[in-house]
Amino acid sequence: MPGSASRTGGLPPVLHPAAAVDQPRTAPSGSARRAGGGWFALGAVVLPVSLAVAMVIGSGDIGFAELGRVWGGHLGLDVEPLPRLLDSLVWDLRVPRVLMAAVVGAALGVCGAVLQAVTRNALADPYLLGVAHGASTGAVLVVVLGVGGGALSVSGGALVGALGSFALLLALLGKRGLGSVRVVLTGIVIGLLFEAVTYLILMASSDADTTRAVLSWLLGSMASARWDSVAVTAIVCGVGLVVLWLHSTALDGFAFGADTAASLGIDVRRTRALLLVTTALLVSVVVASVGAIAFVGLIVPHTVRFLLGPLHRILLPASALAGAVFLVWVDALARVAFAPREVPVGVFTALVGVPIFLLVLRRRGEL
Amino acid sequence: MRLATENLTWGVDGRAIVRDVTVEIGAGETVGLIGPNGCGKSSLLRCIAGLRAPSSGVVRHDGEDISGWDARRVAQRLAFVEQAAESDSDLRVGDVVSLGRTPFRDRWRGLSAADHAIVDAALEHVDLTGLRDRHWNTLSGGERQRAHIGRALAQRPWAILLDEPTNHLDIRHQLDLMELLASSDQTVLVALHDLAMAARYCDRLVLLSDGAVVADGTPEEVLTGERLREVYEVDACVGRDVLGHLSISYRVEAR
Repeated sequence: MPGSASRTGGLPPVLHPAAAVDQPRTAPSGSARRAGGGWFALGAVVLPVSLAVAMVIGSGDIGFAELGRVWGGHLGLDVEPLPRLLDSLVWDLRVPRVLMAAVVGAALGVCGAVLQAVTRNALADPYLLGVAHGASTGAVLVVVLGVGGGALSVSGGALVGALGSFALLLALLGKRGLGSVRVVLTGIVIGLLFEAVTYLILMASSDADTTRAVLSWLLGSMASARWDSVAVTAIVCGVGLVVLWLHSTALDGFAFGADTAASLGIDVRRTRALLLVTTALLVSVVVASVGAIAFVGLIVPHTVRFLLGPLHRILLPASALAGAVFLVWVDALARVAFAPREVPVGVFTALVGVPIFLLVLRRRGEL
Repeated sequence: MRLATENLTWGVDGRAIVRDVTVEIGAGETVGLIGPNGCGKSSLLRCIAGLRAPSSGVVRHDGEDISGWDARRVAQRLAFVEQAAESDSDLRVGDVVSLGRTPFRDRWRGLSAADHAIVDAALEHVDLTGLRDRHWNTLSGGERQRAHIGRALAQRPWAILLDEPTNHLDIRHQLDLMELLASSDQTVLVALHDLAMAARYCDRLVLLSDGAVVADGTPEEVLTGERLREVYEVDACVGRDVLGHLSISYRVEAR
């Protein structure tokens, strides 16, 4: 494998451990990856446009001009305000809802990408750790059995349930390591357990209306998003996504398994634990805010990986952008498709996402 | 970099895989680790690479006990190439080799110009420059193995540990790889199955059997017919081939 020159003299100087590297690069590398910049520029334009369009469409006859007046009015600019009812419809309901969709989409896209790398399992999605089922159990306990005596909201109950199920998962995983298969199987088992508990409570003690309400919450909906819940979710997700992004290099290193990762200087145990806890917290907050929205965390990272490659330094922010845009549009569709009736957004993520996903698989030659 | 173990024992579930191994590898030496399947070669390599904590005994890098060192500290001086590390990820060859820079990167920045220069040189050295944009799943077994070697070289290690690196390689690339390892002034510890290859390129051989060192010395000292009969349970005849290299022939009784 060495060229004829190196066969006698060993390594070229630049590969010697003690050598300083001062020579300029001989060949440009990764030209294919440079395309990433273009995609980011595109995403940075598409996201604000998507947000604006999604805030305009829906019930109430407003255009971009009226949207501008709403924003201007609330930012203290001197503009003619809209009628109060319309203003409230847009500012108190629709704007937070669209922003929530963006935040949630970004978080789910990134968490999916991270869990796929940590577990080395292409099927991993953000709900792999069982937190969604834990959240539903918590929500049902509050709604149906009135646990918490009114002090806990549905979201609060869901958050407690999600964190509780994750605590149980960590306790079961214990100190014996966080091997991929162990994490996946334990997560699935925990999910099944809490799913069973949820249905048991529903069947045993509730009436049809409550069941319906809980089920539609389980399928996910942005309808309950308000400014305060958006702010909390955005802060948690913002911090969490930066933490995850800072582990991009480690996530790349996991590609060849734990031993190779460790030989590259990655503290595998600590990094895995930190990534699992961070994703679980993010997903818990997301599920508590808007329910369990399926498919986003599976489809978005795979599609982005197909377009931009598997390096996490690029994959994670791109998945955040793509997830945000995707969920903003799907939520808008869910609002207007059968207006005034609203379809759970989880239904549309699958209906819209699956064809996109099949297209990607086909282009990759895996279908 | 000097590598050493003192009375190293490692096992799982109370069963010792590596037993009381004391070896010392001098700076720049190329040492072959040989022994039958399951004799503990891979486990010993992993202990020396700091990937497994010994049940008892000490691993020393340049005379210092490495217990308690973090992975990064070890990785900045020592590279480890697993046997056939696989991935279903879509990484390109250039990305895989770039992973070798991981121990030197900080969280906030991408690869520096110096990193790129090192990666370019490593790719060139393992003859993969033309394949740098190829995806992992399109590579042959030999190309994958060379990418891993390139990744280890990009780490710019003082010592490099390899587990059966010549598997999957055709004879041309086997010879090139062994030539590369033997001619470098890095410390090399390499587990090998091919005894003739080990004899030809290694300064010293360490023969393991059932987790313990049974012989340690020059190839001529270690590879004797009697010892091969004991350890491998084969009837072997050690001689010279037409080029004067040590060669081993095996008698098989008809059953």
